[in-house]
Amino acid sequence: MRLNQRIAIIDYGIGNIFSILNSINYLGYRNVILTNKELDLKKSDVLILPGVGAFDEAIKTIKEKNLHHILNELVLVQKKNILGICVGMQMLSEGSYENGWNEGLNWIEGKVKKLDLGENFTVPHVGWNNISVKSENPLFSNMDAIEPHFYFDHSYHFDTTIDNISSICEYGINIVSSVQKDNIYGVQFHPEKSQKNGLKLFRSFFNSI
Amino acid sequence: MLKKRIVATLIVKDYIVVQSIGFNRYLPIGRPEIAVEYLNQWGIDEIIYLDISARANKTGPNFEIVKKVAKKCFVPLTIGGGINNIKQIKELIKTGADKVCFNNILFSNPKIISETASLFGNQCVVVSVDVVRKDGKYYVYDYLLKKSSQYELLDYLFLLKNFEIGEVFLNSVDRDGSYLGYDTDLINLVCNNVRLPVICSGGAKNASDISKVLLETNVSGASASNFFHFTEHSVNITKKYISEYNLIRVDNLINYYDSELDENIRLLKKDDLILEKMLFEKIIPEKI
Repeated sequence: MRLNQRIAIIDYGIGNIFSILNSINYLGYRNVILTNKELDLKKSDVLILPGVGAFDEAIKTIKEKNLHHILNELVLVQKKNILGICVGMQMLSEGSYENGWNEGLNWIEGKVKKLDLGENFTVPHVGWNNISVKSENPLFSNMDAIEPHFYFDHSYHFDTTIDNISSICEYGINIVSSVQKDNIYGVQFHPEKSQKNGLKLFRSFFNSI
Repeated sequence: MLKKRIVATLIVKDYIVVQSIGFNRYLPIGRPEIAVEYLNQWGIDEIIYLDISARANKTGPNFEIVKKVAKKCFVPLTIGGGINNIKQIKELIKTGADKVCFNNILFSNPKIISETASLFGNQCVVVSVDVVRKDGKYYVYDYLLKKSSQYELLDYLFLLKNFEIGEVFLNSVDRDGSYLGYDTDLINLVCNNVRLPVICSGGAKNASDISKVLLETNVSGASASNFFHFTEHSVNITKKYISEYNLIRVDNLINYYDSELDENIRLLKKDDLILEKMLFEKIIPEKI
């Protein structure tokens, strides 16, 4: 474990950045910054794209701040590792139907759709749910349970193709709980709010870099 | 499978966590950040922090205290009390709140709910519904006026359908601090009339009440406040009991699985021989 890794949490104005910063600090990392400056992002070893928020607002702010061009360069060309959390993961997609269609960062195929679950399942999908990990994945390399649980709270889900799915959870339907495509990672749940399992996920992610 | 949540509610008055009885008597317990630190260590699933003096004192949320609390909180945190504009909500989310809880504002400034939902998504919006029973009917309670409002519960729930809400936090004023158990009639009525996750509150005496309400109603979580504060490892012991009957999250090292409980769900002393042996057991804290 290298506690001097340079970790940048992308601050686009409406995420729950403090909680994520708090978790990563708790793990002992010394070089964690909240930033939306190109120079800081360029210097970092790994990026976190947070999210509590509505998709349209989030992506709008990213684009207003011109962050999408910077991120395209850093993630697609320089291949920096990035972890999107909740709406941060949804933004990796082609786009979302939340409050009307809005285009995402378009890094991973698939669209974000409203959870449509029928009578017996309330939306949002909120609470602790187990996930089934589909393939060996650095994010889940150090969990105690085979099907670890994480805290979810969302009304929209990422409908993507099977080769991008790294885990699913069950709530009326199979919901994509995490995605991965090369250096691009995303989790629908909130590791920063999932106590021990969440902290372990962050640790494994940073260790894999 | 989605698990039922065990939620701790912190009632905070003038920045001290208090024990609330019937929404009108309050006994001091301690500093909020300390309570949150312990509840986290003991494995609580979620925390609802309600500042009941913020609106009455017209101060709005105290961001400094929320920040201190959030620093100790690695589970979802809902903040309520004294919120009346979107700027405060942005600041709360930035500071570490995951959701915000509205109560009285629904009467005076309903627009703030749609604004919050469009900025942060509906999952961020928790509406607290305080209910009182009067002449055999349920009414929504107005905690500022300290009396029942003119809204009948079912009418009010119908009204809520017009808002983008993520969860309902349901409190029985009659049962608050009474230790009489949850009002399952009330809880069923609400669960059957809103298509939203419901967290119930008011009346829990011990783990058996929580377990019962999780089995008998469709609540998404059950909350208690008072009894979590008064015993060491209250959450761990509560979860040991509940997990025998319900699907909940247990991942604390201290799970009391090898301990016995009495009829009041209190821990029974282990045999002296076992205790003696435990003295020499080395406990190595898990490294993350």
